[in-house]
Amino acid sequence: MNKHLISAADLSKDDALLILDTAEELARVSERSIKKLPTLRGRTVVNLFFEDSTRTRISFEAAAKRLSADVINFSAKGSSVSKGESLKDTALTLEAMGADAVVMRHGASGAPYRLANWIRGSVVNAGDGTHEHPTQALLDAFTMRRHLKNLEGRKITIVGDVLHSRVARSNVLLLSTLGADVTLVAPPTLLPVSVGTWPCDVSYDLDAVLPKSDVIMMLRVQKERMNAAYFPSEREYSRRYGLDRDRFAKLPDDAIVMHPGPMNRGMEIAAEVADSARSTIVEQVANGVTTRMAVLYLLLGGEI
Amino acid sequence: MIIKNVRILGGEAADIRIEDGVIAEIGQDLTGPQEIDGRGAIALPGLVDLHTHLREPGREDAETVLTGTQSAAKGGYTAVHAMANTMPVADTAGVVEQIWRLGQEHGYCDVQPVGAVTVGLEGRQLAELGAMADSAARVRVFSDDGKCVDDAVLMRRALEYVKAFDGVVAQHAQEPKLTKDAQMNEGVVSGRLGLAGWPAVAEEAIIARDCLLAAHVGSRLHVCHVSTAGSVEIIRWAKGKGWNVTAEVTPHHLLLTDELVEESPVGSYNPIYKVNPPLRTSADVEALRAALADGTIDIVATDHAPHPVEDKETEWAAAAMGMIGLETALSVVQEAMVDTGLLDWAGVAERMSAAPARIGRLSGHGRPLEVGAPANIVLYDPTARTEIKPDMFASKSRNTPYEGISLPGKVVATFLRGKATVLEGKLA
Amino acid sequence: MSENSSSRAVLEGPDIHRALTRIAHEILERTKGASDVILLGIPTRGATLAHRIGERLEQVEDVKVPVGSLDITMYRDDLRTKPARALGHTELPADGIDDKLIVLVDDVLFSGRTIRAALDALNDLGRPRAVQLAVLVDRGHRELPIRADYVGKNLPTAKSEKVKVFLAETDGRDAVELIK
Repeated sequence: MNKHLISAADLSKDDALLILDTAEELARVSERSIKKLPTLRGRTVVNLFFEDSTRTRISFEAAAKRLSADVINFSAKGSSVSKGESLKDTALTLEAMGADAVVMRHGASGAPYRLANWIRGSVVNAGDGTHEHPTQALLDAFTMRRHLKNLEGRKITIVGDVLHSRVARSNVLLLSTLGADVTLVAPPTLLPVSVGTWPCDVSYDLDAVLPKSDVIMMLRVQKERMNAAYFPSEREYSRRYGLDRDRFAKLPDDAIVMHPGPMNRGMEIAAEVADSARSTIVEQVANGVTTRMAVLYLLLGGEI
Repeated sequence: MIIKNVRILGGEAADIRIEDGVIAEIGQDLTGPQEIDGRGAIALPGLVDLHTHLREPGREDAETVLTGTQSAAKGGYTAVHAMANTMPVADTAGVVEQIWRLGQEHGYCDVQPVGAVTVGLEGRQLAELGAMADSAARVRVFSDDGKCVDDAVLMRRALEYVKAFDGVVAQHAQEPKLTKDAQMNEGVVSGRLGLAGWPAVAEEAIIARDCLLAAHVGSRLHVCHVSTAGSVEIIRWAKGKGWNVTAEVTPHHLLLTDELVEESPVGSYNPIYKVNPPLRTSADVEALRAALADGTIDIVATDHAPHPVEDKETEWAAAAMGMIGLETALSVVQEAMVDTGLLDWAGVAERMSAAPARIGRLSGHGRPLEVGAPANIVLYDPTARTEIKPDMFASKSRNTPYEGISLPGKVVATFLRGKATVLEGKLA
Repeated sequence: MSENSSSRAVLEGPDIHRALTRIAHEILERTKGASDVILLGIPTRGATLAHRIGERLEQVEDVKVPVGSLDITMYRDDLRTKPARALGHTELPADGIDDKLIVLVDDVLFSGRTIRAALDALNDLGRPRAVQLAVLVDRGHRELPIRADYVGKNLPTAKSEKVKVFLAETDGRDAVELIK
C-alpha cells in the first residue's frame, strides 16, 4: 500500500482486496460488546474537516477510536482557518502536534495532495472537492461484496451527477480495479466531456440499463446544480433519472440499491425504494466504520 | 566598445563595434579600448516582450519595475510592454507615464506601458485611449489583459477608436461565462482530477468574433497568448483573408501540457502550473509550435506573471494564475523551436524582437543588427545547459514552472543602446 | 528430509500424530471429560492443530468440543517492526466464551509473547472460567511468565535456531524441523 490514500487509483487490486478482507475480519469487532482493539495505541489521527460532514467525520472518528488511536478533531469552522490561515500553516500546526495520519475533507479538488507535501504522516482523503472520496468507494465495494460475493464481471450502474461527484470518480476507479463492469447514467450535461476515456460504459437511458444491473447506485443531486441549467427542472430530472417504484421493478430480483447519502427523497430516489429491503443505504453507514478501520490499520498499524 | 568573435544570428563569427549606443561597424579583427569576448555566443537583436506584468504600482510584493526590468535584462530583453492590470489600473495618461518613467530611470530595459481598453478593466466604458497615446509614454498597445473585452459592441468601438493613432487592441480571449470558476484545460485530465474545465472553445469563440470585428472595421487586432490548436486554425483563416491580425504564444504553452497538473516533478495539483490561459494538451503544443514556425503566430510573448509564494503555496483552486517567464523565455524557445529544427536563430530574432517591436510600434527596438541600428543586443550561448532553480532569478517572485527541469542556453550579456545591462550572465 | 542441509527433522508425521493424541488424552483427564472446553487455535497452524485435537477428542471419548480460531495480530507487541500485516481469521462458537474453559492451541511456544497477545484478545471477547495452553512444540527461551499446560514435545534449542512446523492441511506434509 502507498503511504497515503488520496485516490482510488492509488490501490492495486491486491491492495483493494487486502483492505476489503481486513474490513471483513474487523466487522466482527463491531458485533462484540467490547468494540475496541489496542492496535493504534499511541498513534494520533487528526480529522481535518474544512467542510461540514458530520457523517463522514464521526465514521472516521469511530474507526480511529475503535483502534485506540488518539483522535483530534480539527474543524475549520471557528478556527484560525476561518480567519484566513493558509492550508500550509494548518499543516505545519498538525505536524507540530505529531499527527501520524490526517483524515482530510476539503472543498478544493487535490487539497490532500498539497497537504501531503507539508506533513510527514499519512494523508487519507475523506473527500476533496469534485475529485475523489476513496473510502466511500471502499465501503461501497465492501457492501457490494457482502451481497454479491465476487465483484468480477458484476454490472454496477451509477446514476446521477457524475461531473461533480467524488463518489462516482472513486467508485469507477476502484470497481474497475476489482473487475466489475461499471455503467454511468446521467444527462450529458452532468458527465465530464472526457468520460469516454474512463474505464466504464456510459448511457443516457436509465430504463435500458436497469434490467442488466446487479447494483444500482444513485448519486445525490446537489441543490446548486438545479439552479445552474444542468437540467431544466427537478421534475424532469426525477422523471428521466430518478429511481421510482416502476424503475425499481425493472431491476433483477437480487439487485441491490445503494446511495452514498444524504438522499433527496423523491428527487433521485423514491422513499419506498430507499426504505426497501434491497436498499443497503443504512448498511453502508455501518460498513463505513469497518472499512475505515481497515484503512487506518493498514496505513498506521505497522511500521511507519 | 568591441564585441569580439560573436556569431550574428548564429552565422559566421564577427566583431561588432559600438559607438554612442549605435552599431558603428561590423567586421573582422576590429580593435578598440574596451573589448568583450563573445566567443561561443550568438548575437540576437535585443528581445522585445509584448506581454509583461511588472505589478507596480500596487503589488510591489510580487514585482516592481526595477526587479521586473532586471529580470527582463537577464532574459535578454531590451524592451517590455507592461500590462495594464496594476493597482491603480493603467487606464490614464498619468499612470502610464509614471510606469514609463520608472523604466527610463532604472535603465535596465525600456518599459512601454500597455493602456487599459476600459476604465478599471471593468469592461463597461472605454478608457481615455487617446490621452494615453498622446502622453510621454506614447501608448500604442491597449489591453484589458486578465479580463476579456467580451462585450462585442465595446470591442468593436475599441478596435475602431485606436485606428486614429495606429493603436492595436490586444485581446485576452476568454469567454467569461464558459469559464466561470474554470481551473484547468477541459479534457481528459480535468475530468479525472475533478477540476472545473476551461474549454478551448471559450478562447476560440472570442478569437473568431474579434477577427470578424477587426475585418469589419478595418483595424488591427492582436491576440494574446494563443493556447489551442483551434485558435491557430481560426487565426490562419483570418490571415488568409488578408485581415490585420497578429498573435502571440507564450513559452510555457510551447513546452508544457495539462498532464503536469496530474503528475510532475513537484507533485500533483501543484498550482505552479496554474495559468491563464491554462496549459493545454500535447496536440495543442504541437499545433502552436507549427504555427509559430510558419508565421501564423507572429511572436513569442512571455506573459511574465509574478506572484508571491503564499499565492501559490495553497490548494489549487485558491492559487493565483500565472508564471514568471522573462528569464527562461529564450531557453524555452530554443528547446521547443530551435533544437527541434522548427526555427533558426534568424526566425527567433524575428519572433522575439522584430515582430513584437513592429506590433508595438517601437521604432528603437527590433532592428536588424546592422550598422546604424541602436545597439540593442543580446549575447546568448546556446551550448550551455542550466538546471532551473527558483532562487536563480532576478525577478522578485519564484513561480517558475521549470523548477527541477534542465533547459538549454544562457544569456551571457545584454546591451541596451550600447550600455551593458547584463555581463557574464549577471546584472551589470 | 529437507533440501536444506542445515535443517533437521525433529518430529515426523507419526510423532505429531502421537503427540496430538496424547494431548487429547491429557485434556480429557485434566478437564474431567472436557464438557465445557472450547479449543481456540491461533492462526494459521494453531487453528489446524485445534481442529485435529478436536477430532481426537471426539474419537476417544465421543465428546464434541467446539473448535474456533483466535487471531492475535491486532494485539501483537511487535506490530511496528514491520509493515501492517494481513489479519488472520477469528471464529468463536456462537454461544461465546463466557464461563468456558478455553484451551488455546499454538504450534510453537517460544518467547510467550503470542500467548500474551492471545490472553489480551480473549479479555476483549468475554470472561472464560479458565484458560489453558496446548502447544505442539515448546522450544524454551521464554520472555514472559507463561507456561504450557499440554506439550507435544519439549525441544531444547539455541536462540539462533528456527523451528518450523509443516502440517498437511497447509503445507502438504506433517513435520517439525529445526533450522540452524
